Amino acid sequence: MTQKVSITVTVNGAAETAEVEPRLLLADFLRENLDLTGTHVGCEHGICGACTVLMNGDSVRSCLTFAVQADGARIETVESLGSIDALGPLQEAFRENHALQCGFCTPGMLMTATDMLRKYPLETDDDIRDGLSGNICRCTGYQNIVAAVRSAADKRDGK
Amino acid sequence: MEEAIAALASSGGDAKVLAGGQSLVPMLNFRVVDAPLFVDINGIEGLDGIEETEDGGLRIGALARHFVLETSAAVKDRFPVLHDAMKHVAHLAIRNRGTIGGSLSHADPAAELPMMAVLLEAKIIAAGAAGERMIPAGDFFTAPLTTVLAPDEIVVAVEFPGLSPGTGWGFEEFAQRRGDFAVAGVAALVPADGGAPEDVRIGLMGLHDTPVRARSAEAAFLDGGIEAAVKAVRQDTDPMNDLHGSADYRRHLAGVLTRRVLTAAVERVGR
Repeated sequence: MTQKVSITVTVNGAAETAEVEPRLLLADFLRENLDLTGTHVGCEHGICGACTVLMNGDSVRSCLTFAVQADGARIETVESLGSIDALGPLQEAFRENHALQCGFCTPGMLMTATDMLRKYPLETDDDIRDGLSGNICRCTGYQNIVAAVRSAADKRDGK
Repeated sequence: MEEAIAALASSGGDAKVLAGGQSLVPMLNFRVVDAPLFVDINGIEGLDGIEETEDGGLRIGALARHFVLETSAAVKDRFPVLHDAMKHVAHLAIRNRGTIGGSLSHADPAAELPMMAVLLEAKIIAAGAAGERMIPAGDFFTAPLTTVLAPDEIVVAVEFPGLSPGTGWGFEEFAQRRGDFAVAGVAALVPADGGAPEDVRIGLMGLHDTPVRARSAEAAFLDGGIEAAVKAVRQDTDPMNDLHGSADYRRHLAGVLTRRVLTAAVERVGR
């Protein structure tokens, strides 16, 4: 039996302390320990992007990060972006552009897009496609997701 | 660092170093790798810097993340070929975590950074129980996912010697999707007038068991120009068949990409 480790992680602004096994993935910590099931687990090997969250502001695969590595870190999940009654601006852009169908990939798309919008100029739609290339969607054909991120980028740039 | 090396040495060779975790953790999730001990080096201070060296090169700490390399002004200024290659490394969330030391230690033959290290004649500095040693990148990779590192050694930094001023460069890779591992990739450096002609360099990835220099194509380019180099690459490349492409397809691709990178490099000479 592996010894448990005490960690304190700030998740969506709230400090969470827990005793976890070192092998526990951040994705499972968020979903199982904290009941934050907005973070989805798809492929569990870093390909599909559904589990993407922000760690200290940077998008990371929560299936490729151990919970113990988030000790002392700031984690933001899709739950931080808004609520059903008060969507955040990026969520609103997804809604307006019909950028989701089944919604499984959407939390990862939103967290990836959040990081992209902070880090890259996204001058062309090809830049947006490059940025989203690590997130797989099997419903939409991506067109409306690109349109939603374009709309969010234009708003960011005051266009 | 001493503590990390001691932990590795104490495990009898079975411990694994955890840096960015972007290759190791998928293998753990698949249960294709297991180890009694994982040594997480992310907390070691001073391993993530990018320093300019006096010869016009760079010394990059092992924990420098791919995103930092991608956006570093020093990398763009001194090694535009490396700056360009970084755009092809996986996806933003992977680049935020993945490290140069991890990529080199993982030694995927289709990955960008191992090939860049070979192309740029980097020196890989590893620390172990016996002290530090410097390993030329050309001697570092021995087989797919295999390096000369001893079980108790950790890559601490990578030194890229400066290029002669005005060196032209080109980088191209072909992947199924942006950010995927390359089916094949080629990079070239062509020195400016006054540079040493023997310093024409062509690097190949995804075409052999390790990243390699295409020595016969470099010589052919000096003798007969771009088309001679294309022919030499196709003649002397012996790629594998897999579901992403047949050996013949890869050999064809190697030639096409060689033509493109040499054309780009020649155009950029002196700029």
